[in-house]
Amino acid sequence: MTFVLFAEQMLNGLQLGVMLFLMASGLTLVFGVMGLINLAHGSLYMVGAFAAAGVAAATGSFLLALVAALAAAAAAGAIVEILVIRRLYARNHLDQVLATFALILIFSEGTRWIFGSFPLYLNVPAYLAGPVTLPGGIQYPLYRLTLIGIGLTIAGGLYLMIARTRLGIQIRAGEADREMIAALGIDISKLYTIVFALGAALAGLAGALVGTIQSVQVGMGEPVLILAFVVIVIGGIGSIKGALVGALLVGLTDTLGGVLLPRAFATFMDNSAASSTGSALASMLIYLLMAAVLFLRPKGLFGGAT
Amino acid sequence: MKFKRIAAAASAIALGTAALGTAAMAEAHMSDVKVGMITTLSGGGAGLGIDVRDGFLLAVKLADTKHVELVIEDDQRKPDIAVQLADKLIQSEKVDVLTGIIWSNLAMAVVPSATAQGKFYLSPNAGPSALAGKGCHENYFNVAWQNDNLHEAAGAYASSAGYTKSFILAPNYPAGHDALTGYKRQYTGELAGELLTQLGQNDYAAELAQIRASGADSVFFFLPGGMGISFLKQYADSGIDLPVVGPAFSFDQGILQAVGEAALGVVNTSQWNKDIDNAANKTFVEAFQAEYGRLPSLYASQGYDTANLLISAISKADVHDPDAFRAALKEADFDSVRGDFAFGSNHHPIQDIYVREVVKEGDVYTNKIIGVALEDHQDVYVADCKM
Repeated sequence: MTFVLFAEQMLNGLQLGVMLFLMASGLTLVFGVMGLINLAHGSLYMVGAFAAAGVAAATGSFLLALVAALAAAAAAGAIVEILVIRRLYARNHLDQVLATFALILIFSEGTRWIFGSFPLYLNVPAYLAGPVTLPGGIQYPLYRLTLIGIGLTIAGGLYLMIARTRLGIQIRAGEADREMIAALGIDISKLYTIVFALGAALAGLAGALVGTIQSVQVGMGEPVLILAFVVIVIGGIGSIKGALVGALLVGLTDTLGGVLLPRAFATFMDNSAASSTGSALASMLIYLLMAAVLFLRPKGLFGGAT
Repeated sequence: MKFKRIAAAASAIALGTAALGTAAMAEAHMSDVKVGMITTLSGGGAGLGIDVRDGFLLAVKLADTKHVELVIEDDQRKPDIAVQLADKLIQSEKVDVLTGIIWSNLAMAVVPSATAQGKFYLSPNAGPSALAGKGCHENYFNVAWQNDNLHEAAGAYASSAGYTKSFILAPNYPAGHDALTGYKRQYTGELAGELLTQLGQNDYAAELAQIRASGADSVFFFLPGGMGISFLKQYADSGIDLPVVGPAFSFDQGILQAVGEAALGVVNTSQWNKDIDNAANKTFVEAFQAEYGRLPSLYASQGYDTANLLISAISKADVHDPDAFRAALKEADFDSVRGDFAFGSNHHPIQDIYVREVVKEGDVYTNKIIGVALEDHQDVYVADCKM
């Protein structure tokens, strides 16, 4: 395998990682602060992508589409929190799973009802289309580089927000002791709505950004949701830093495993068999990684706090 | 869970065409049939099931017959649900004929037990190799294709276009394996690489990097539905400039609009296209657009042909006389929108497979036939079928 191919695969892993981080950060915040398992997080990803596709088709502007994705997902998140999620905080995890699973069905069929069953068109804007040549002769799509840039910027911004702002302090306090910060006079239900909407907005942004190079269709959020859960379990539930490290680990493991394993098998099997065995094993790799992390650190890499 | 029942027997306004005249005459001799349709109407891949259903309903409506009673159920693309629905349709609805399944893994779960219970099954889409060869059954008719067919045509086209170093990829599941096997059966060049991706995978960055590094002169892929949309968009954005060949499943009418410009000029293989020149196809394309306000896909054409095959059979024989009904089905005495159509001895089609190119007509992306890949093509599994 040449250096160029390897470097390109590293970038691919990084890009998958930062997009997973956008999903996982919201999920981990909601779980960490409110103790809620939100299966409908993938639906908010879908809402973002559909909002972006709708606005891009109407206005032709990619930036407006991203703004719409953020706004629509945040709004959907806030509404869902107020109408449904709020009633679930005191319930056990099984009730939460059931209720948020119902939300998945409602979002999916609702979206189908509005937009139809056929995938929507959403494409990379002309100014971000095509490949660029990086040092070392690596050809890489400009759009994917932009995704890496956006993802890392948001990771930095989230870190500053959690570490430096009043809202961040409240979020950290909420994670540590819910009853106490309520007793200290902080409007906990407003805080919960804000955190939920923030997580939803990040998921919606990820949906729009990723939907642009994938397909915008009903049910697009669920496969990503599973990966995002793996990420937060590896990183440690409630930890933003853990979500970032976990997302990058999962992104790199998934990408490099999928490339290297079939090649490794090809050294001692014929091509078809190597491809089939290698890709079957590669799809298990991230779960093996999760199992290994849980074995060594049962609370995840950065999950020691609670 | 959603249950839809449509008694298609009622409500039909004849759209007066030549094809209808014969159907109306036959009406008097028709026997009643109760049909159970299990297809995918919700979740990912619902577009395919909806097209099959709409094509089927259109044919029943155009035939203006009261003898076809239809019960439609949604399998949600889940094999366990498809099995439950089949049991319900057979035991409590007491249908005579089953149809509708899109996905090969669902067909494998439903078809063998349905035919073993003496029911007829007409497949409007899935054609797994197991049901064409050793597992063939006298009551199982496939009206679409055997799974390998379109991929074989793609391989034949690639060879005739002079490609000698193809990079091929498909999802790691039975129909994906069939696809690669089918392509390699007719393709004479060497392979630059062969990859199996995950079913439902949406990011192909890693695969594209390998294609770029492989030194291939062409790319063949089988990635139905959303997977194909993702692949083509990312392919266009990667700067790789190799010709792409694929089966029609990633270029059907339902998803071309979502792929957009990235699909323009791509060559794909299909047993049907809207520009096949015959009266039945003209009627079908016009009536479908008038009824549903969109262009039909190959799935819709398969649903339409399935219903017309059924109607041709009930005008010759009673479904309660299985031997006569089977013989009537086997004659395939209907005007297929594909033109010539016949069943082989394993009850799978013998038909032409065309080469199409993606073009833009006005604002709509669609396909145009540019040649015939394989004439009167039959699957290779027929030799294994002892019926």
